[in-house]
Amino acid sequence: MSFFFTVSPDFSPLHISDWFLVNTWLQRNTGEQIHLELFDDFESQRKVIEEKKVDLIYSNPYDAAILVRKHGFKAVARPRDLTDEAIIAVAASSPITKVEDLKPQTRIATTDDPNVHMMAMILIEPADLSKANTVITIRDSYMRVAQDVIGGIADVGFFLKSTYDDLSDIVKKQLRPITTSRIYMVHHALLVGNNMIPLKEKLQQTLVKMSADPEGKSALEALSFSGWDLLEQEDVEFMIDLMDTLVEKE
Amino acid sequence: MKDMIPSDVSKSGTTIRHKYYNGFERTLIFTDIETSFPEGNLIVSRTDIDGNIIGCNKAFCDMSGFTKEELIGQPHCILRHPDMPAAAFKDLWNTVEQGKHWHGYVKNLRKDGGYYWVYATVIPNVREGKRIGFSSIRRQPSRVKIQEHIALYKKMKAQEA
Ligand SMILES: Cc1cc2nc3c(=O)[nH]c(=O)nc-3n(C[C@H](O)[C@H](O)[C@H](O)COP(=O)(O)O)c2cc1C
Repeated sequence: MSFFFTVSPDFSPLHISDWFLVNTWLQRNTGEQIHLELFDDFESQRKVIEEKKVDLIYSNPYDAAILVRKHGFKAVARPRDLTDEAIIAVAASSPITKVEDLKPQTRIATTDDPNVHMMAMILIEPADLSKANTVITIRDSYMRVAQDVIGGIADVGFFLKSTYDDLSDIVKKQLRPITTSRIYMVHHALLVGNNMIPLKEKLQQTLVKMSADPEGKSALEALSFSGWDLLEQEDVEFMIDLMDTLVEKE
Repeated sequence: MKDMIPSDVSKSGTTIRHKYYNGFERTLIFTDIETSFPEGNLIVSRTDIDGNIIGCNKAFCDMSGFTKEELIGQPHCILRHPDMPAAAFKDLWNTVEQGKHWHGYVKNLRKDGGYYWVYATVIPNVREGKRIGFSSIRRQPSRVKIQEHIALYKKMKAQEA
C-alpha cells in the first residue's frame, strides 16, 4: 500500500524538485511507499483533503485547523526555527512609510494563501482598516502581487515573509516593506491522517535524524530547513486556538 | 499577588488600595506613562482551568514588565488597571464560561505602574470536547479605538461608582 503525501501549495515553484528529494529520502529511510503529489492551488488540495485521500501533509497553519479538528490528523514534526510571518510592502517610491499612513479604500494585492492574508489583515488593523473599507484583489502568485504594487495597481501587497525574501533582487529593489509580523508562534507542520497514525512514531524517529544524514541534510538545506523538531499534539492544538482568535475579525 | 511597591515604579504615581472582584485587596501604584504596543507582535498568555497563568510569550513579559517566573501561577488580574470598569471583565468571564470568544479593548497595568492598551481576544481551550483552560491573544489597537474606549470606560466607571 502506498501512502499519499502532499505539501501546502504556498511553497515557491523553485522548490518542487526539493520536495521530491525529501520524499525519496523519507521512503528510503522508513521503508514505506509514499507517493508525493503537489498542487498549484489551495482549492484543489482542499478537495483531496475532503475526499480523505491524504495520509501525510506538510500543512500551513491555517489548513492545520481543518486537518486536526475536522479530520483527526496528528502532529508529527515542524521545521526547526521556521515560523510563518507576513510582510506588507509598498512600491519603493510610495509616500507610505508606515501602517498608520494607510487610509480607507487602500488597494490591497494579496494571494489566496489564507494564512498570510489573515496575518496581514491583522497588521493593518491599527490603521482601522478591515475588509469592509479596503479594496482587495486576489492574485494567483506573489510575483503578480509584486507586479501590482510596482505598477501602481495596488497601494500595498501582502507576502509570506519567506517568499518575499526569495523574490529576485531586481523585484525587491522596487518594493519597500512597511511592516512585518513578529508572531513567532505560527508555523507549518507535518501531520498524519488516520491511515498513517500507526506510523507516527517511526516517522518522528526518522525525521529527527534527517539533518544528521548527509543526503537528508542536503535535501533539507535545499528547502532552507535546518532540521525537523518533534511536534506535540498540544502545540498544534494551541496554534489552532491562536489562529482561531485571528480569523474572526477579518 | 503582592502589593505594588514604590521602588518598582518608574516615576511617582498615584497610590490606591484596590479591591478585586473576589474581595482580595492590594496596593496599586499607577502613572501616566504609556508603553506602545510592539508593532507586528501578539501578546499571548494561557491559563489552567482556574485562571492561573501557566504560560506566556516574550511580548507578554516585555509589555507587563514582569518576568515569566513572576507571572506563572498568578491570576491575570495582576494586570488589572483601576481605570477599567468591572463590567468589562464580568462580560469577559460570562462569555468564555459559555464557551464563546470574547473580544475587547483593555487597558493593562504594568509592574512599573505604567500602562498599555490592547485589543484582546479571550477563548476557552477545548480538547476532545473538554475545557482545559483559557487563553488570551492580544493585538495592536488603533488610536481611534483607544480614544473611544477611554471615554466609554470613564463613563462606565462613573456609573459603577
Ligand atoms: C485568558 C484570560 C486573560 C486575561 N487577561 C487579562 C488582562 O490582560 N488584563 C486584565 O486586566 N484582565 C485579564 N483577564 C481578566 C481577569 O481574570 C480579571 O477578571 C480582571 O483582571 C479583573 O479582575 P477582578 O475580576 O479580580 O477584579 C483575563 C482573563 C482570562 C481568562
